[in-house]
Amino acid sequence: MRYALLICTDETTDLAMSPAEAETQFAGYMKFGEDMTKRGVLTGGERLRPSTDATTVQVRNGEVVTSDGPFAETKEQIGGFYLVDCKDLDEAIEIAAKIPGARVGSIEVRPVWEM
Amino acid sequence: MTGTAAPSGDVEAAVVAAFHSDWGRVVATLIRVTGDWDLAEESAQDAFARALERWPGDGIPRNPGAWLTTTARNRALDRLRRATTGAAKLEEVAVNARSDASGDSGDGGDAAEDEFADSGVEDDRLRLIFTCCHPALAREAQVALTLRTLAGLTTAEIARAFLVPEPTMAQRLVRAKHKIRNAGIPYRVPPAYLLPERTGAVLAVLYLLFNEGYSATAGAELVRVGLCAEAIRLARTLVALMPDEPEVIGLLALLLLQDARRTARVDPAGDLIPLEEQDRSRWDGDSIAEGLDRLDAALRRAQPGPYQVQAAIAACHATARRANDTDWAEIAALYGELVRMVPSPVVELNRAVAVGMAEGPEAGLRLVDALDDSGALAGYHLLPATRADLLRRLGRATDAAVAYRAALFLAATDAERRYLTRRLAEMAVAG
Repeated sequence: MRYALLICTDETTDLAMSPAEAETQFAGYMKFGEDMTKRGVLTGGERLRPSTDATTVQVRNGEVVTSDGPFAETKEQIGGFYLVDCKDLDEAIEIAAKIPGARVGSIEVRPVWEM
Repeated sequence: MTGTAAPSGDVEAAVVAAFHSDWGRVVATLIRVTGDWDLAEESAQDAFARALERWPGDGIPRNPGAWLTTTARNRALDRLRRATTGAAKLEEVAVNARSDASGDSGDGGDAAEDEFADSGVEDDRLRLIFTCCHPALAREAQVALTLRTLAGLTTAEIARAFLVPEPTMAQRLVRAKHKIRNAGIPYRVPPAYLLPERTGAVLAVLYLLFNEGYSATAGAELVRVGLCAEAIRLARTLVALMPDEPEVIGLLALLLLQDARRTARVDPAGDLIPLEEQDRSRWDGDSIAEGLDRLDAALRRAQPGPYQVQAAIAACHATARRANDTDWAEIAALYGELVRMVPSPVVELNRAVAVGMAEGPEAGLRLVDALDDSGALAGYHLLPATRADLLRRLGRATDAAVAYRAALFLAATDAERRYLTRRLAEMAVAG
């Protein structure tokens, strides 16, 4: 089964981090990436720039409507994601719990809709 | 086969008995073999319908569970054969059926019956209950799925039991089954490192089922009362499947000890009778005896847990011949232990009641007032109701009346309001 693990964190906490804290967090993500690659479950993933850099696009009546910011103004925003290919939901949950962001924010586990 | 025709009354009784004991097994096995929850349920239904047709002429099989499982599996194969898209699935099911070594002859032969007991079928029910209670499913979906697949209640019955419209319940079940498939929830007993956490969810579902039934009192709610029996039946199954888990045994003990009081706790009008006013001769002695035995068996393993402690509290009540004989000091100590295991303001409130009985209303009132100040139980009618009872026992009728009025304002059911109104009237007389 393939899953997207969406990392949802409070951006204001992320921005308020000291350089040392940011360093530790970065190291945590690097280690997660290495571990999961070795395990053979990681198939992709990216860190995303904060929602202040986001642009939302809609097409209504044939017209492109562009606005500044994320599509939903919530406290927690998607700050990155991984794509994993693993056995079942239990394994996906176990992997999600190892993402450093799980300790401060939430990981949404979404099965990929296979076509 | 036994081979001799059976009277239709016997057959109906046998099918009903088999339904209670084997529905869950048949569905659990069929889900494993086909991987399709809907097909499993439909095939199980077919098998029971077929039993009603066949058993009057063929006789009741020696092992009805094996007969039903084999028949259901064959029905599943038939259904897949008829479906144009079923080819790959059919192959898979046929392979699974062969490796099971019990899916050979037509409508269930002797060979199948002999294999039944030790073919891993027991594990299927355990797989099923853990999958139904997977934490990725909402609690209400866990409950509904458990009742439908394991206990065999119809969607209409479950809807009535939980007071929701049938289409709502049907949709809840469909969504839960879709999530199991689409999100890849595994059909298995969780590995050891997940077991404590996952077992907790299973026990919570069974206890919730029981409480839904237990809180139902009047005749109109008879369907809900049936939930108590289902919860006990499922808890028994779980004990048989996990005989070394003291908390599982503790839950069964708790259910039995509480259920023993069920008929004595309501009056003919459907109003709740408080524990100290119940006619203890109406408590079910067999149920208490079994509950106490189970509790002993659990406690001997020396791994205490919240269900065992709650069962021990229920045992203190069950073994007191008169209300005045109740060992309130022991109950207060047990609630103290429970608060340490599962910190919760509701448990604190129960401890305050026990302390109020063991050490006097003054001591209880101090604990209740501390809880009141914390605000943790704001809006919960039993907080002012408990306060009112303690004040009444201290002879402070005016203060008690104020607290009864506060409780009355918050009470949710008519029965609770009638009880509080009665107490309030007593205060008016006393004051």
